[in-house]
Amino acid sequence: MSTVTTTRQTTGRGGTPRARGTAPGGRRRPVVDGVALPGPFERTVKAVVLTVACALVVLPFVGIVSTSLATPEQVTEAGGFVLLPTGIDLSAYRMIFAGGVVTQALWVSVVVTSVGTALSLALTTTLGWALSRRGAFGVRAMLLVVLVSLLFNPGIIPSYLVVQRLGLLDTLWALIVPTSVSAFNVVVVRAFFVRLPAEILDAARIDGASEWQLFRRIGLPLSKPVLAVVGLFYGVGYWNAFFNALLYLSDASRWPLQLVLRTYVVDGAQLGSQDLGIDAASLPPQTSLQMAILVVSVVPVLLVYPFLQRHFAQGMLTGAVKG
Amino acid sequence: MKTSPAAPRAVPRQRTLPWRRRLARDRAVLLLALPGMAVIVVFQYLALGGNVIAFQDYQPYLGIERSLWVGFENFQILFSGDPEFLNALRNTLAITLLQTVFVFPAPIVLALLLHSLVSNRVRQVVQSVLYLPHFLSWVIVVAVFQQVLGGAGLLNNFLRAHGWQPVDVIGNADAFYALITSQVIWKDTGWATILFLAVLAGIDRSLYEASAVDGASRWRQTWHVTLPGMRPIIVMLLILKLGDSLSVGFEQLILQQQAVGLGVSDVLDTYVYNQGVLGGFWGVAAAVGLVKGAIGLVLVLVANKTAHAFGEEGVYRA
Repeated sequence: MSTVTTTRQTTGRGGTPRARGTAPGGRRRPVVDGVALPGPFERTVKAVVLTVACALVVLPFVGIVSTSLATPEQVTEAGGFVLLPTGIDLSAYRMIFAGGVVTQALWVSVVVTSVGTALSLALTTTLGWALSRRGAFGVRAMLLVVLVSLLFNPGIIPSYLVVQRLGLLDTLWALIVPTSVSAFNVVVVRAFFVRLPAEILDAARIDGASEWQLFRRIGLPLSKPVLAVVGLFYGVGYWNAFFNALLYLSDASRWPLQLVLRTYVVDGAQLGSQDLGIDAASLPPQTSLQMAILVVSVVPVLLVYPFLQRHFAQGMLTGAVKG
Repeated sequence: MKTSPAAPRAVPRQRTLPWRRRLARDRAVLLLALPGMAVIVVFQYLALGGNVIAFQDYQPYLGIERSLWVGFENFQILFSGDPEFLNALRNTLAITLLQTVFVFPAPIVLALLLHSLVSNRVRQVVQSVLYLPHFLSWVIVVAVFQQVLGGAGLLNNFLRAHGWQPVDVIGNADAFYALITSQVIWKDTGWATILFLAVLAGIDRSLYEASAVDGASRWRQTWHVTLPGMRPIIVMLLILKLGDSLSVGFEQLILQQQAVGLGVSDVLDTYVYNQGVLGGFWGVAAAVGLVKGAIGLVLVLVANKTAHAFGEEGVYRA
């Protein structure tokens, strides 16, 4: 990436191209790194395509946030979706946070996501560290076991039977333990540990550091960026997980947010004041409540996204290339 | 855990040591690996053992130990042409075909487009926006599509406000494949470009310079330099896709089955879930899952061999 981006940065947007050349066919166009700059037609087409693509991603969210904030009258009048709210009304949010089904599900999701991410990081880093100790007893065999597990998926029924056998059905552990170690993330973390300079580890070893101390004092602090990415990937995974809950939990009081979202937004079940744990004579329109739930489930992802985004290309590609 | 400095640890491999000594020496490493390995072994490998119920008349209250063994009976039910199974198989293949034709090329085109942008700033902004949907759950994506395309959604409100006919997309079996295909494109096209962009950035610049000297236009450069540079990764991803061709969008489909019915939306994975976990036909469901997994594995191996025959690297070389 570096050579391309740096040369482009110096020549981008109206700057003087470093190397000028002549495109064939009589058309004179500046050439950068052997590629002619695009003509006006091509640039217009690209601008239109990308603007439309971005709008298709952004507009639905604007609509969802607007509808969740709009006044009940406006939502009823619009027959559902509002793109620009005329007034702000937070009653939909007040109601879903009043302690009913949605509040409870939000709690479940927060607990599962934080406990799950912590456990996943602990298991993934320790395993990744061990697998980076090339030449140690059993490491080659274990690495093979991890890599081969990437190639297959045991299937729905066998997974269900294991969870059942371990007595995890209808517990929140069923949402955490089965997906707590991603072989892919282990490979990514291991790739980072393998690249740590051997001199540092040797020096520490000569000073009498134990394996645990090497891992804790050197391995972990030096790999913070990759741990951030892997942690965020796990976190987003737990937050978004929907099918595990459907499969393993029959008790609705333990539902995470995604299942509540499915029941009341996708399937359109009516949220009554009983479900919300309030006694109100008049509820905001269902659409407002639905959109508020949707916003609440998207916001955490949006909050971590900027952090995630800074690192993920790096994190993803290390695993892919160096695996 | 302290080691005497006199005993050099781990790094230089000492094959001459007896295994007990190496085990004792590296026990800290093994201890660190243990919890993570246990999860992988239990939930990936031991779980495979659960497939034996494909040969049983499995009853949950009896468990694997006491359920009756029935040989291949569960498989016979399938291959004697159970219409629901055939329907699921047909839908799976249709959706896979659609995704290979429409979903697979989308990120390649988008990556080429992004790569050809001169301004880094613009590219980064566009990337940030287009990567985002990948991090939303399927529940959210389905809900968003309903809100935009549904009867009271953004699109239809707009159409009605301008006196046009509203379109019937959500819950319409005829439009279902178009709907799920566009959902996948919306969710994952941006993210899928990440790998292609890395490959594009790695193509040797001197090839472009040389071809420019030879008089190649931008389009000819794309055709003769860029696309050949991307061929190995495209072949690799196609092979992986082929191995996955019997698993199509499980979460995505199960969320929308209620609205359109099983006729168009039942695929092998949802069939397994509906028959087994919901319907109680555990043995039959496990048999379908087992056959599906086995075919997937064979497909990857065959595709990989075929790629080698055509001189490509493929995914791995044995």
